[in-house]
Amino acid sequence: MTDEMIVLLGGVFALLLVASCAGFVLARRATSEGARATVANLNDRIKAWWAMVAIFAVAFLVGKEMTLVLFALTSFFCLREFLSITPTRPEDHRAVAVAFYLFIPLQYWLIADGWQTLFAILIPVWAFLLLPVLAVLKGETGDFLPRTARIQWALMLTVYCISHAPALLILKFPDYAGQNFLLLFFLITVVQLSDVLQYVFGKLFGKHPVAPRVSPSKTWEGLIGGGLAATGVGAGLWWITPFAPWQAGAMALAIVLAGFCGGLVLSAVKRSLGAKDWGTMIEGHGGVLDRMDSVSFAAPVFFHLTNYFFAM
Amino acid sequence: MIASVLIAVTRFIVGGHARWQGCAPEARQRIYFANHSSHLDTIILWAALPKDLRATTHPVAARDYWGKGSLRRFIALRVLNAVLVDRDGGADPLAPLRAALNAGDSLILFPEGTRGTEAEPRRFKSGLHRLAADYPAAELVPVHLTNLARAYPKGAILPAPIICTASFGGPIALAPGETKPAFLERARKAVIAAGEVA
Repeated sequence: MTDEMIVLLGGVFALLLVASCAGFVLARRATSEGARATVANLNDRIKAWWAMVAIFAVAFLVGKEMTLVLFALTSFFCLREFLSITPTRPEDHRAVAVAFYLFIPLQYWLIADGWQTLFAILIPVWAFLLLPVLAVLKGETGDFLPRTARIQWALMLTVYCISHAPALLILKFPDYAGQNFLLLFFLITVVQLSDVLQYVFGKLFGKHPVAPRVSPSKTWEGLIGGGLAATGVGAGLWWITPFAPWQAGAMALAIVLAGFCGGLVLSAVKRSLGAKDWGTMIEGHGGVLDRMDSVSFAAPVFFHLTNYFFAM
Repeated sequence: MIASVLIAVTRFIVGGHARWQGCAPEARQRIYFANHSSHLDTIILWAALPKDLRATTHPVAARDYWGKGSLRRFIALRVLNAVLVDRDGGADPLAPLRAALNAGDSLILFPEGTRGTEAEPRRFKSGLHRLAADYPAAELVPVHLTNLARAYPKGAILPAPIICTASFGGPIALAPGETKPAFLERARKAVIAAGEVA
């Protein structure tokens, strides 16, 4: 465990402590029915954050393999949530089973192995071709295109996209050996802080929704206020990255924007399936995918920008 | 111990959580009856019950599937507490069920008899009617099992991780003078209705 990591985790714990205290005070001061419900949800969210941060901290400290296992499990739960509310058919069972039991382990094994070329094409090429073949063998042609597209989308978002976060561990940068965990920390912190700050700014100042029919809680005020604040924090974290301060700020901005788009697109997907939350696994937040929707867009964008501009 | 492992695996892969909508989990004699589309049905409904109810509730399982092979047999009899019945009749196929009910225990029943492939349950067999007539004290609880045909359809080797739920509806009872077909159809409708509440 490096000194930087101690400082960073200490910082996160301090932040959570402040949030918990604020939640405690707000709970005492809430008077109306609506305010109490909001604060109760806020406190559930903060409690869940403690658990999520603890899990991530342990994985980070144990090392690369443990982190990969954690992200593989995250992909597993996200894919399970996605396909549980997506109308697949019994005839899709084989394609669904292979998506879970073959492609999740394989995708994360390729990261462990450092096989970057296959990692980049496994799901967009091989799964894309194999899964419809498995389904077509059952002979059911009804809704064949939408069924195939749903499974491929699910796999792309929840496994392929999310796996780009821990894939940061296999990139190589000049004068940055052994520090890639900090880059993963940078990504996760900026994405999640951006979500939290957009929520806070939205609750405090939100008036003009960005896409009212998709997600009434996402407002311009939240996006701009929370996004700029998260970008600022990202720029301030330049010392843990291979970037100069302005580059770290630009990267953070890219993460914020991609994350926002991810949240919006996945909200639309969710609504088209008639659900409000992806699941019920995380108290106050909904499902795992409700927490990972922004990561699924931000991780590939950040991975490729760093790979293109900075990696050896 | 084996029961806890089985429940942990079930929760991890297919969830199997309960939604008590029409009634609460209570320690009284009940006959739970549900739609049947997968071999996992038995395990899901069993896992959805609280631990203390599991001890006195017996899934009714087909001997030709659950009685085959020592592992399946062990899980059926020792872990699930199942009552095995012969599907092809015999003297009185309901005899083992009556024995459990006479002992004051509860049952889990799949009145369709075999696994269906349709979204809605098929016509119910008459056993449920006979038990309802003979054991008026036992509460009849309709249960709708969702997503099982997608998670583990006929012919599949492994269950796919899709979250399945067991929704418990409001109890029904055999009405005085109600004919067998009318009762069985009403029971079937109750199972469908249990799955429709959000």
